[in-house]
Amino acid sequence: MVTTILDPTSEQTVVEREVLARPASLEGLTVGLLDISKPRGNVFLDRLEERLVGAGAIVKRYAKPTFTKPAPVDLRHKIATECRVVIEALAD
Amino acid sequence: MTSPTDTPPLPDGLVVVVKEECETCQMIVPVLGQLDQTATLTLYTQDNPDFPAEPRAHHDADLAVSWHHDIETVPTLIRVVDGIEIERTVGWLRDDWERLTGVAGLGDGLPPMRPGCGSVSVDPDRVDELRVRFGGSALSSRRIDIAAAEDTAEMLFNRGWTDGLPVVAPTEARVMRMLDGTTRSPSETVVAVPPDLVEVTVEKIAISAVMAGCKPEYLPWVLTAVELACTDEFNMHGLLATTMPVGPVMICSGPGTRAIGMNSGINALGQGNRANSTIGRALQLVIRNLGGGRPGGVDRATHGSPSKVGFCFAENDAESPYGTLAGQLGVEGDVDAVSLFAGEGPRCVVDQLSRDPDSLARSLAAGLDAIYHPKLRFAFDAVLVMGPEHARVFAEAGWDREAIIAAISEHTLRPGAELVRGAGGIAEGIPEGFSEVPAVPKFQPGGLLLAYAGGGAGLFSQIIGGWVGGDIGSKPVCGSVAY
Repeated sequence: MVTTILDPTSEQTVVEREVLARPASLEGLTVGLLDISKPRGNVFLDRLEERLVGAGAIVKRYAKPTFTKPAPVDLRHKIATECRVVIEALAD
Repeated sequence: MTSPTDTPPLPDGLVVVVKEECETCQMIVPVLGQLDQTATLTLYTQDNPDFPAEPRAHHDADLAVSWHHDIETVPTLIRVVDGIEIERTVGWLRDDWERLTGVAGLGDGLPPMRPGCGSVSVDPDRVDELRVRFGGSALSSRRIDIAAAEDTAEMLFNRGWTDGLPVVAPTEARVMRMLDGTTRSPSETVVAVPPDLVEVTVEKIAISAVMAGCKPEYLPWVLTAVELACTDEFNMHGLLATTMPVGPVMICSGPGTRAIGMNSGINALGQGNRANSTIGRALQLVIRNLGGGRPGGVDRATHGSPSKVGFCFAENDAESPYGTLAGQLGVEGDVDAVSLFAGEGPRCVVDQLSRDPDSLARSLAAGLDAIYHPKLRFAFDAVLVMGPEHARVFAEAGWDREAIIAAISEHTLRPGAELVRGAGGIAEGIPEGFSEVPAVPKFQPGGLLLAYAGGGAGLFSQIIGGWVGGDIGSKPVCGSVAY
């Protein structure tokens, strides 16, 4: 006998989005670095900024109010409108 | 959603519904014979199609007639005119049967009255299934068929819908029964659940409650917990994402905890009580299956904790010498309330010798001092769950909640010089700037919470260490249960 159950998930439809092509060079592109506000994150980001500027990028720095919560919508919007490149990475 | 099935019309004349299992139905077979001779009788039998031998009955095999015409008792006698029910009587009551049928002298030799039996269509084991089959459905979740050859429990594991333990398959009948536990509409949106921030309905939460093993009467507690967990104050997203071993700890109080059979006594924080075990689990299944929060995904806990399966218990508020945790969090009075605390697993403080409150307060402070690290301060809240034997030491001395918390807090004070980074040969600690502060407390104001639960024997208390407290992390939240 077939058992029918109700879907326990949110049944979200995932909208696929195409990833933009990687830029050939960072020359002149604005890169966003978001400090998640964990101790010593700034040390790591300072060094990244140094490297990116060395590669010709313009770096903008942002910070979340607290590392325990997602970045506020306004901040995400600001980053999206001001930057051309985002470095996606996770570390702890 | 599905539509209700059509109601089968009743034929004009007299309609009687019986079942063989009912002794009253057996007793009135001669009456049915009399009516068959003198009136237009249509007989329906619910169980044995050959009952009675005479007059012959239609077999209401799928119980469609019984369900649609609200037969609760057998025998039921109905008089129908032009397809419309005019009158009915249930059981055997000679006067009523004679009046309703217009036939005198029914059932000579039978007692004047005998109560009937329950209709098969209201059998608790059948009614949910019948409601789904005939009543249509207000439920909008996608239906998923599990093939006959597939093991249901294994299928639910394979889809990733369990927390590692088996779950109850959320069939429509079970979800409908679960929804009987609340007056809220299945389609009502409750809250947006992180991390995916999906707006979830009462129906979806009821599905998780079924899977967790809840009874319908637990559902209001689950709904309340989900609403509280998904507030900005409680910060379920952060709690899920953190590398620390913490989850939402549910502490329930009020008369409703006793009504639904929660455990606040022996082994209250342990296994073996269905309500304690499944209510907290249901909340975690909501986060997993609806919010999309899974270990290794957004859940980045380094070690996690057994408490993340679901950590829920009741306070013994009826006997608490110092009120409820809910009261401390602002929900006063003898009300059903859920307090939610971002916490790790419990640890025990043993003090079997202190008989005066100050000594015991010092012991408890020493235990609390060790949360996460004895040299770390302010960042972590805690719930102290005292059992009756420890609480009695304070109660007999006349200490109330505020006095207990004040004394314990005072005994956590330590000179900043002992706590700063590097002090004691330990790199970890609070910032250098505190080295001149003479007395640094363990907790921020309001960071030490008190609950009362546990069995009558044992000079023990339990400590539930918190996560990052306050605005930057999670604040304890409390709300009354909405039925």
